[in-house]
Amino acid sequence: MQVTSKSFVANAKKGLADANLQSSLARLSTGFPIARLAAIDRMPEFEQLRDDAVAIKDHTLANLDAYLERYEEKVIESGGHVHWAADGAQARDIVLQICRDAGARTVTKGKSMITEEAGINEHLEANGIEPIETDLGEYIIQLRNEPPSHIIAPAIHLSKEQVAETFVTEHTDFPAERDLSDPRTLLEEARAILRRKFIAADVGITGANMLIAETGTSVIVTNEGNGDLTQTLPKTHIVVASIEKVLPTLEDATTILRVLARSATGQEMAVYNTFSTGPRRPDDLDGPENYHVVILDNGRSDMLGGEFNDMLRCIKCSACINHCPVYKAVGGHAYGWCYSGPMGAVLVPGLQGLAEAHDLPQASSFCGRCEDVCPVRIPLPRMLRAWRTKSYEAGLGSKTSRAGLGVWAYFARRPALYRPLMRVGVAVLAALGSLRGRGRFSVLPLAGGWTASRDLPVPEGKTFVEQWKRGKR
Amino acid sequence: MTAPKPETGRSKILGNIRKSFDNSDKARTERLATVDARIRAQRPNVIPARASGDAKALLDLFITQAEQASATTARVDGPDDLPRAVLAYLTANALPLRLKAAPHATLTNVAWSEQPSLDMTFGATTGTDEAALSMAFSGVAETGTLVLHSGPESPTTLNFLPDHHLVVLRTSVLAGTYEAAWSALRNAGNGAMPRTVNWVTGPSRSGDIDQTLLMGAHGPRSLHILILDDKKTV
Repeated sequence: MQVTSKSFVANAKKGLADANLQSSLARLSTGFPIARLAAIDRMPEFEQLRDDAVAIKDHTLANLDAYLERYEEKVIESGGHVHWAADGAQARDIVLQICRDAGARTVTKGKSMITEEAGINEHLEANGIEPIETDLGEYIIQLRNEPPSHIIAPAIHLSKEQVAETFVTEHTDFPAERDLSDPRTLLEEARAILRRKFIAADVGITGANMLIAETGTSVIVTNEGNGDLTQTLPKTHIVVASIEKVLPTLEDATTILRVLARSATGQEMAVYNTFSTGPRRPDDLDGPENYHVVILDNGRSDMLGGEFNDMLRCIKCSACINHCPVYKAVGGHAYGWCYSGPMGAVLVPGLQGLAEAHDLPQASSFCGRCEDVCPVRIPLPRMLRAWRTKSYEAGLGSKTSRAGLGVWAYFARRPALYRPLMRVGVAVLAALGSLRGRGRFSVLPLAGGWTASRDLPVPEGKTFVEQWKRGKR
Repeated sequence: MTAPKPETGRSKILGNIRKSFDNSDKARTERLATVDARIRAQRPNVIPARASGDAKALLDLFITQAEQASATTARVDGPDDLPRAVLAYLTANALPLRLKAAPHATLTNVAWSEQPSLDMTFGATTGTDEAALSMAFSGVAETGTLVLHSGPESPTTLNFLPDHHLVVLRTSVLAGTYEAAWSALRNAGNGAMPRTVNWVTGPSRSGDIDQTLLMGAHGPRSLHILILDDKKTV
């Protein structure tokens, strides 16, 4: 997919002005986060499970080469094939070659951000093979030719009316005047169409939530069952997974699964957790005859061992996204790639380079909710700050903001100037605020960039340093 | 047509990973030893206390959790009671009295002919069957999860293609935790994994349109668990 992270500011403005998006985002606050809290309340060991999840991922990352080698051996032992792709281009070529060897005309796909990342669909299409997304959300956005706006709910930016319009335009075999006002009808229509596609497909491509070194197993987690139909029915199953997905044992995968669904949708467990090991056995009654795994790096090994190493613990649950005030204001498309919210703002610069994505880490209020809810305790705010530092050092960002930062830094390094100026500034703002009689400014001279899309809280009259001195801590 | 060269990618990726590690032969051997020991240990992590009760408590928990996940359950006295239970389900849901069943010994040995109205066939499905009957390898009380695995007695297509999935769970194989179910699977297969293991918790669903939860997205619209008490006879 095309990366538009460079246009984050323009993308975000578009998102703020999109009424459909804004009403979807408003609903997000009352959905996943509340279900997550309820699920955690029912699991008293949740914090210990998080600690274990962190330890599993850290241990695996610290021995990643050995785990990948052991995993590969086990896949081959069970009759599967392992392919290594250093970047998206290699992954595209490998997948295309497997599809050609299988004589594929159509390919079904389970939802997989990594195949979005590698641009698999575009490449297959360009080479005469039809890729069909089967996750309901992915299917909808494929019809609309849009990228996903959320890693687990890719069509979250759309209203049911927009989906109905798309189905009327695209499903031309159905009567044009049919009533599609009920989401149930939309689902039934997609189910009927995709049923035929599942059965006709020559190859099924899925991602993997985990790879298990002990057994050479790939794991997918879904609620719809589309991933399973994708990997069960065609003759060939291709798994595309990034290097950091590998884990030691079935027990370790189990611990991750205990925190994954609870953090994501607030379910106790997703409906389908499927552990696949190699192709069908001689006496099996169904299942694919060929099983391939494409292990993709695409920049991740560069993050290993450095200050962004912990980002590789990410299990793609979306909890940080669901709790992010910035994501909930601008939506996922603003981030310009398949990863959004705090995890996207750290990962995208890591994988695409800072020159491409330096605006993303700027979009944070540092409220810290992302780190609070992350099941593998990724220090997202610290890493966002680290990217900001690197951006400044690399001379990236607009001249105005750099100049502003420069002015601020001049005073901040000179407390004798900074403190009296802050005292006056805060007192003036507080006085203005009390004149207006409400706790927020909706318009403020020189701060239109801030107040255009949100209010500025009125300061309480004293600076932080003054309050600290009075023992208010 | 030239095939891509996976070896190029392999050495590049492993080489780049090793840049952040001690890359001496000794260190690499040590890492492999660490990894092998860790894998062999199959050490459980924290296990929630939720599923630590006796057999009756586990069964109660399983039923509560499965129903919470929108599965339905019914009790069956023994294999001979299955035709009655299956017919009751099909009739209650106004379904044709036809069933595609897994060729598992427990199921093939049932005297289905005692219910002549029921049309039973055994094997995998290609998508033309409205209802299927499988045997669960195990069940996990912690979350009301069924554990099924592929094999000559258990086609995977039955778990996903039919609209109605009926699954027999014997009380003798009900586990409290996933870890206990893994141990049972390792013992059953001498450590070898079947092609696929499916954990199933409730019927298929999607929240992708309007963040509204709808059942029956691509997999079964309903999941009906027949709990077969086989401990009485032990």
